[in-house]
Amino acid sequence: MKIKPMFRVLLSVGASLLAKNSRAPRPIRQPKLSLIFFASKLAPTGVLLLLLGACDKIPAPEESFAGLGSDAADFAQVVPGKVFSFPEDHGPHAGFRIEWWYVTANLKDAQGNLFGVQWTLFRNALKAEPTQPGWHDSTIWLGHAAVTSATRHYAAERYARGGVDQAGAQAEPFNAWIDDWKFTTRPGAGSPLADMQLKAGGPQFAYDLHLTSSRPLVLQGDNGYSRKSDQGQASYYYSQPFFTATGSVSIDGKVYQVTGPAWLDREWSSQPLSASQTGWDWFSLHLDRGEQLMLFRVRQKDGAGYLTGTWIDREGHTQTLHNADIQLTPLATTDIDGRSIPTRWSLKIPGKQLDITTEAVNPKAWMNLSIPYWEGPVRFEGGVGYLEMTGY
Amino acid sequence: MAVFYWTLRALLSHWRRHPVQFFSVLTGLWLATALLTGVQALNSQARDSYARASQLIGGEPQASLSAPDAASFPQALFAELRRAGWPVSPVVQGRVVLKGHEDQRLQLMGIDPVSLPGSGAVAGQRLSQAQMLAFFDPPGRTWIAPQTLQALGLQEGAQPQTTSGHALPPLQVQADMAPGMLLTDIGFAQPVLEMPGRLSRLLVDKAYAARHPTPPAALQLKQGEDNNLARLTESFHLNLDALGFLSFVVGLFIVHAAIGLALEQRRGLLRTLRACGVSARLLILSLAVELGALALLGGLLGVASGYLLASLLLPDVAASLRGLYGAEVAGQLSLSPLWWVAGLGLSLFGALLAGASSLWRAARLPLLALANAQAWHEAHGRWLRRQGWVALTALVIALLALALGDSLAAGFVLMAALLLGAALGLPVVLNGVLKAVLGRSRSVLGQWFLADCRQQLPALSLALMALLLALAANIGAGSMTSGFRQTFNNWLEQRLTAELYLNPQNPAQAEQMNSWLTQQPLVQTVLPTWQVAVQLQGWPADVFGVVDDPTYRQHWPLLEATNAPWDQLQQDDTVMLSEQLARRLNVELGDAVAIPTPQGVWSPKVVGIYADYGNPRGHVLVNAQHLLAHWPTLSPARFNLRVAPANVAPLVREVQREFGLEDSHIVDQQQLKGWSSQVFERTFAATAALNSLTLSVAGVALFISLLTQSQSRLGQLAPLWALGVTRRQLMLLNLGQTWLLAVLTLVLALPLGLLLAWCLDAVINVQAFGWRLPLQVFPWQLAQLLGLAMLATLLASAWPLWQLYRSRPADLLRTFAHED
Repeated sequence: MKIKPMFRVLLSVGASLLAKNSRAPRPIRQPKLSLIFFASKLAPTGVLLLLLGACDKIPAPEESFAGLGSDAADFAQVVPGKVFSFPEDHGPHAGFRIEWWYVTANLKDAQGNLFGVQWTLFRNALKAEPTQPGWHDSTIWLGHAAVTSATRHYAAERYARGGVDQAGAQAEPFNAWIDDWKFTTRPGAGSPLADMQLKAGGPQFAYDLHLTSSRPLVLQGDNGYSRKSDQGQASYYYSQPFFTATGSVSIDGKVYQVTGPAWLDREWSSQPLSASQTGWDWFSLHLDRGEQLMLFRVRQKDGAGYLTGTWIDREGHTQTLHNADIQLTPLATTDIDGRSIPTRWSLKIPGKQLDITTEAVNPKAWMNLSIPYWEGPVRFEGGVGYLEMTGY
Repeated sequence: MAVFYWTLRALLSHWRRHPVQFFSVLTGLWLATALLTGVQALNSQARDSYARASQLIGGEPQASLSAPDAASFPQALFAELRRAGWPVSPVVQGRVVLKGHEDQRLQLMGIDPVSLPGSGAVAGQRLSQAQMLAFFDPPGRTWIAPQTLQALGLQEGAQPQTTSGHALPPLQVQADMAPGMLLTDIGFAQPVLEMPGRLSRLLVDKAYAARHPTPPAALQLKQGEDNNLARLTESFHLNLDALGFLSFVVGLFIVHAAIGLALEQRRGLLRTLRACGVSARLLILSLAVELGALALLGGLLGVASGYLLASLLLPDVAASLRGLYGAEVAGQLSLSPLWWVAGLGLSLFGALLAGASSLWRAARLPLLALANAQAWHEAHGRWLRRQGWVALTALVIALLALALGDSLAAGFVLMAALLLGAALGLPVVLNGVLKAVLGRSRSVLGQWFLADCRQQLPALSLALMALLLALAANIGAGSMTSGFRQTFNNWLEQRLTAELYLNPQNPAQAEQMNSWLTQQPLVQTVLPTWQVAVQLQGWPADVFGVVDDPTYRQHWPLLEATNAPWDQLQQDDTVMLSEQLARRLNVELGDAVAIPTPQGVWSPKVVGIYADYGNPRGHVLVNAQHLLAHWPTLSPARFNLRVAPANVAPLVREVQREFGLEDSHIVDQQQLKGWSSQVFERTFAATAALNSLTLSVAGVALFISLLTQSQSRLGQLAPLWALGVTRRQLMLLNLGQTWLLAVLTLVLALPLGLLLAWCLDAVINVQAFGWRLPLQVFPWQLAQLLGLAMLATLLASAWPLWQLYRSRPADLLRTFAHED
């Protein structure tokens, strides 16, 4: 593989390639969420790389893309002060480059076995202009789904072009789908997102969950304006951390009846990631005492990181946490696919009397897709949650 | 090394003195290699084209879903199936005609590269993200095979327009594209084909299709293997192969004859060389090297001519394949280096095969034995007896193949064994006949005439065998082709009774047309036909639903039928089948046929079997009501109209005014007959060309044998001349001898040829195509062929005889002094 002409592509999004190439320099591995989100730096290259999977022969693409990729500046910009409006904001946001619907669930069967379920739908616009109908829509949709138990972890992905109904999202009644994977409002549901069905499957797994919630949505960051760096990178970001899921999970043909808390994240943006940011550790935690915690750290080349979070109390009131409020330290790593992944963390938030050690339910929760990354359920004294780590 | 060099030089000097022999060896090798490599070039070219077509998507034939009547269906079905969990990928395909290239047959295929099944490879390569983006982002790309681009005379990047005024995305050459195929993103193909929001079929992941054999909503599933053209065209190529091998064998006969003669003439030289101290091993090595060099030279010439021959025949073969099977074959040869090497190898192998017996004899050459005609004759007698046994064995094998065989391969074994047995038996029979006549001859000159004939037999027998084979093959193939033509034409006359055929453009139009036509005073009878494509035991077939009408009862000839078949077809749950389908499914009258329908398997009874010549797909006839009971959504695919011939033209105008049908959707009977005959003629054009080539090869063989022989004949003729027989008489006697042998051969070739024709009609045709033809004898054709063969013999003997006539008395006298 020739490194030189690909360098620019790799720099921004090359995780898919580098994952297959052990000689590649480590710091520029940059997978999935951060990838998808910040791939915007050179998007559509990024998502297409993601879309097409790792391919050993990629010609120097700079010219091919110059004509295609509208400048990030052509897309709608994320600015503070947006007033969210529902249910419209549940649907896709035309004009923004990248967007996702993202659900995780921490589940438990009658025997007390722990399971985790992930469902994600990404929308990536190739052009800033309004989409054309039919095949000239120029939107690429991407779905990821995974199931994790203490001993098994299976993941699958789907791709689709927009405009022909193979994949898409709509605000009312809320429905997001790609092929037969769906996150959809159940018939007769009262208010949006109150009564949902979540369904996906792959060759070795499947799940079909019923998600209910009566609590209000939570706006992350500054009223939904979520900063990702000190240089101004940001996204619109809201969550529904108060879902209760029940339903069935099947792994290797065996079906489990499960129940547990689930979490929805909605995020959209157009802005690129700063070149010095390499990866991402992201926690969404359900505390037994009824509070919820979201926090993430965007790692930088110089070893520092941009650490922030949201503390959500039982009533759904939020408080933004800053770098100084949080102490996050990796304790132990697991070797997977030639990388060393921190799967045990110490997390302290003195202001909230929180001092926990999170442990992966299954340390081998490796998403071995076209863009590999780690994502799986975690548990700790006093709660459960989900952890996503990219860029290792 | 020096010994080897001088031995080789001594041996090679022979060719300098006998250039005719040299050229006969070379010609034999050349012809043998040329025809076989030519045929193989044609076949490999065609197979390569099929492979490209079937491997275009994902590198292997894909399973697919399509509407039963092969019509397009709404695109919404794609998303619907996807959302129901079917891993399908949309395809739209149709014919396009480009402005300025109206004569080119082009298919436009539109795909969605993102949802392709399998490995996702297209035309042999996995798309990089740049390629994929360029493919579907405007202006997009049109992928095209290099040969097709060249045939169109366009440049890469051009955006040709269709006759309907749509521009294609810029052309881009892809080496592994199927010929005659244009590939674009579905988003560009739909408007060009005027099929917005419509799909032709859905590709399905092969493994998924195998696990889910029940197709969804109103579509039918075709497994990947069934789409394979190679399977349909197999018999066609096997027939070409067989012709090629026949020519190869005939060519080798020439080589064998010439090399054998050269050895006979070099006996003295070989003896002298051995006496000079050259070891037998070195001598054989030298002879083998000589043979190898000749083979290489002949092979080179042969492969070059084979290439030329193939490129000349390719358009005809491509047209046959297109007409017969709808298979698209690139019109320009592109052959791998392997093909050239294989051609040379073939020539080497052939030369070795033809020269093996000569080398063997040279190895066992008794050092001191004199050349002795009588001894040679005795040895030949023993040789003949052995040959007779081999011939008998071959004939027994032929009988066994006929009795026990039930495959195309067995059919070819039968033919090969029959031809081989007959050819090997020929000298035995000729020898026996001459011996029998010799006993009855009273005159001295008459006895000499016959005895000398027998003496000539060994030298001429191979050429005569070649003549026998070529003539028999010609008679066989000629009778079969003419018989087929007659049968086919009669059948067309009967079958194509309707004067006008209308194909509606879409279901809505079909319904309108149906009601409109019944009100037309010009139309005597409307015969709507419904059509469904199905797979019967993996074999592609079309089920045709027809109404009950006297037209069918009178004009649809049945080969076999139960009592009152048409009444049964109308009332009972019954079908009629084409002959070839009945054979493939191995069903007879009264058996049930399992037809897959959307609701499950339908098993009607067979009440009739009819001929359906020239159709590689199965053909099933059923009453329309029964068909519509199983496929309720169908609309008529075609209307056959009975119209008074004078009213055809006015009716066509009416139809065009009312429905604006394209010309291709209105076909009158004359046109249809013209097309059918054209397909037929094209199909046999290549066969006929190869056939006449075979006959010329045999003529050349005879000429060369006679020529080489005439050089050694002087010694035998000189005594007669000395006894007072004039040179003119001698010449006539000689001509008489040649003709006697040739006529005897031709007389034997006649029954052999007819036997071969029978084999082709009743065995090969049945196995290869599924239809049996009645054996028909065409005396005039036979007489023509025999006359041609006699003429060839005359021409072949003319030059040697002319030389004899011109020989001076001094030459004749010299033979007495110069005993060899």
